[in-house]
Amino acid sequence: MDYVIEMLNIRKEFPGIVANDNITLQVRKGEIHALLGENGAGKSTLMNVLFGLYQPEQGEIRVKGKPVKITNPNIANDLGIGMVHQHFMLVDTFTVTENIILGKEITSKGKIDIKKAEQEVRKISDRYGLAVDPKAKISDISVGMQQRVEILKTLYRGADILIFDEPTAVLTPQEIKELIQIMKTLIAEGKSIILITHKLKEIMEVCDRVTVIRKGKGIGTLNVKDTNPNELASIMVGREVVFKTEKKPSVPKQEVLEIINLVVNDSRGVPVVNGLNLTVHAGEIVGIAGVDGNGQTELIEAITGLRKSESGTIKLNGKEIQNMSPRKITEAGVGHIPQDRHKHGLVLDFPIGENMVLQTYHKKPFSKNGILNFKEIYRKARTLISEFDVRTPSEYTLARALSGGNQQKAIIGREVDRDPDLLIAAQPTRGLDVGAIEFIHKRLIEQRDNGKAVLLISFELDEIINVSDRIAVIYEGKIIAIVDPKETTEQELGLLMAGSKRKEAGVGTND
Amino acid sequence: MTKRLRNLFIPVIAVLLGILSGTLIMIVSGYDPIAGFTSLWYGAFGDLYYTGEVIRQVTPYILSGLAVAFAFRVGLFNIGVEGQLIVGWLAAVWIGVAFELPKVIHLPLAILTAAVAGAIWAFIPGLLKAKFRVHEVIVTIMMNYIALHITNYIIRTVLSEKSDKTKTIFESASLRSPFLEGLTDYSRLHWGILISLACAFTMWFLLEKTTIGYELRSVGFNHHASQYAGMNVNRNIILSMIISGAFAGLAGAMEGLGTFGYAAVKGGFTGVGFDGIAVALLGGNTAVGVIFSALLFGALKVGALNMPLESGIPNELVDIIIALIVFFVASSYMIRWIIDRFNNKGVK
Ligand SMILES: Nc1ncnc2c1ncn2[C@@H]1O[C@H](COP(=O)(O)OP(=O)(O)OP(=O)(O)O)[C@@H](O)[C@H]1O
Ligand SMILES: [Mg+2]
Repeated sequence: MDYVIEMLNIRKEFPGIVANDNITLQVRKGEIHALLGENGAGKSTLMNVLFGLYQPEQGEIRVKGKPVKITNPNIANDLGIGMVHQHFMLVDTFTVTENIILGKEITSKGKIDIKKAEQEVRKISDRYGLAVDPKAKISDISVGMQQRVEILKTLYRGADILIFDEPTAVLTPQEIKELIQIMKTLIAEGKSIILITHKLKEIMEVCDRVTVIRKGKGIGTLNVKDTNPNELASIMVGREVVFKTEKKPSVPKQEVLEIINLVVNDSRGVPVVNGLNLTVHAGEIVGIAGVDGNGQTELIEAITGLRKSESGTIKLNGKEIQNMSPRKITEAGVGHIPQDRHKHGLVLDFPIGENMVLQTYHKKPFSKNGILNFKEIYRKARTLISEFDVRTPSEYTLARALSGGNQQKAIIGREVDRDPDLLIAAQPTRGLDVGAIEFIHKRLIEQRDNGKAVLLISFELDEIINVSDRIAVIYEGKIIAIVDPKETTEQELGLLMAGSKRKEAGVGTND
Repeated sequence: MTKRLRNLFIPVIAVLLGILSGTLIMIVSGYDPIAGFTSLWYGAFGDLYYTGEVIRQVTPYILSGLAVAFAFRVGLFNIGVEGQLIVGWLAAVWIGVAFELPKVIHLPLAILTAAVAGAIWAFIPGLLKAKFRVHEVIVTIMMNYIALHITNYIIRTVLSEKSDKTKTIFESASLRSPFLEGLTDYSRLHWGILISLACAFTMWFLLEKTTIGYELRSVGFNHHASQYAGMNVNRNIILSMIISGAFAGLAGAMEGLGTFGYAAVKGGFTGVGFDGIAVALLGGNTAVGVIFSALLFGALKVGALNMPLESGIPNELVDIIIALIVFFVASSYMIRWIIDRFNNKGVK
């Protein structure tokens, strides 16, 4: 059999945990091979071993049949292995070209030949249909574009085996479609791809084979043609998974969040939330559907006090809270699962335990007279870790060392546990496995059933339709339609999100 | 190798590399390194007098090291420790010469004033950083020069009549101790070392055990998440500069109330504040680490004085060794890399 990559019986340990326990992964030439497993199963670790970032304790790696020792990423590069990390490694103030040639500069007479490099970048970009502007600055381009720059970087270095670690988690549905197209082009050009994703739909759509790992152990490799999402989910989690969460009809009560004519500027001073009206009642989940960049981020930041609002009012339980400090708003009863967990959600260099009291450390029982009570802090942490199934060696482990999905579960546990009147969940299941998604959806619905208000922002339309009681469509900073999830389809939502007004009877806007 | 062990390893290796290259330099420039290091060691610990002097030198080093380390833990680079120290020195001496009071009031008052003066001097860059995002490095450097020239001016015109030295402080404001002096063969060792150690404990306790420290550390690691969690990032920036400056001011008090007993016009910086950067760096910006690295720097500094006398080696060489140690600590990345290399080999 023609394998380009063979990882045989790989074992990798971290203090207190075996991240990879005897895993075998064999990738054929020209295939897209999916790597599937729960959060913390050890997928990123395995790929980091292949890319030379970690050294395995045991096992053998063969590239194109030859046994190799990959002790650092340069060796991986030389072997034609390229990796697109989930968290991009780009220099913000550099241009696309400068980032791509970094470490592999084309020089003539000791000077960097940027013209030639740009031509080269453009050539590769055209060949694979990446549509990247070589002269653009990284800080000016979208996340989706930045990802393509990462892909270009690996291609520029001559990679023919590409590793994608959860590439679609940070993309919008449109960008995902484009990425899938790019992957198909890459395969047609003779590359091989290892794809990590939690989205079974994507695996079914583009992958040829899939290797499943569970809790660090390899479960086996299947042909995608011979399987289906349900089977994959249950192999991976070890039990049946329900995709559509059951819920009782909602019983909305009094208004918890009331937003009237809100105007919020973005960092450039452009009013991206522009006269927005929205109401969320106790006992209901309102989902905000919209194409990225229509004011969702600024809206959340304004509600949570992270950004100033220019005009309009935001009322929580009848009291105005606009432009109050984040702490006052938090204490008035707002919980927030932030979109960017590394930037806003966690202090990565704190132990996971200390992260659990990020908003409450100054309160009893976590501190008294300004002195922290670590016993209580870690007791709380242990409770949340077990209740929300955060897989971590211990509560003293640095948040940085947790797998992406488990970091997210920790944040969700912390926010839900404070039992806020209004819970804002921005992309709460981004990067989570299907089992964890089911769990999170249940918890959001539970909050609702306990008479709390939930505001859900997500780019996943099926999540919005599945979980929300009402869907508010945001377009150019306004809510342009409120629809009933039971009576809508993804197609219709898609049209609304693109700005087309709905004419049928029975659907009103929120004004 | 665990992380903690490695964190301990790096400074030790850096020191060894520094000493090794010092040896090479001595050999190359025609000196006997064994005689050199023997005289260095003797100059630091060979005699009770020398040991007393080492501890005296360690006293301000601990405080200036703490000052740098504290700001650093909150993500700020306080290069202004030198200026804050000078200001603290003058403030302490001013209180010391202005009036005579019972010792229980006078001495604490003088010490406290020094801390406040240093804190005010650091508050300004803190405020500018918090309000206008002016980089603290630039402001603190300028504040150093302002401190130097203003204190010189005050010494010449206010605290003396065109002399370049103030009067000696009243006994009631002095940290000097005949007991400690007697114990160490009449070195200038004074009670300040206890204050330094108490401050190291305070820093550890404040950062690790209190809610204030929790906020400061959190802001230092990730100010976005801290703001999101409801902490006041600007207040924490200012607070950390104030506390850092207070430590620096106390370092000045040690010199003014302990070692010298007066303040003199300075032609240039004392260097203690700048050495604090090296002390903090070598000590890994932790309280305990700062104590140990201050001890090392103090011993090198005092021991060096003996090198020209006993082995004819110019004591500038010690400055070079200190510089090399700092260099190797700063390039700890390199050392880490070597350790990892070593470890991987060991496994295979
Ligand atoms: N540097 C590290 N130090 C200690 N433990 C680590 C480190 N990196 C990962 N781990 C642990 O190893 C296990 C596997 O983590 P890994 O990141 O490979 O998971 P994953 O399958 O990629 O999960 P996710 O889907 O959530 O990204 C986790 O339990 C994690 O806590
Ligand atoms: Mg991962």
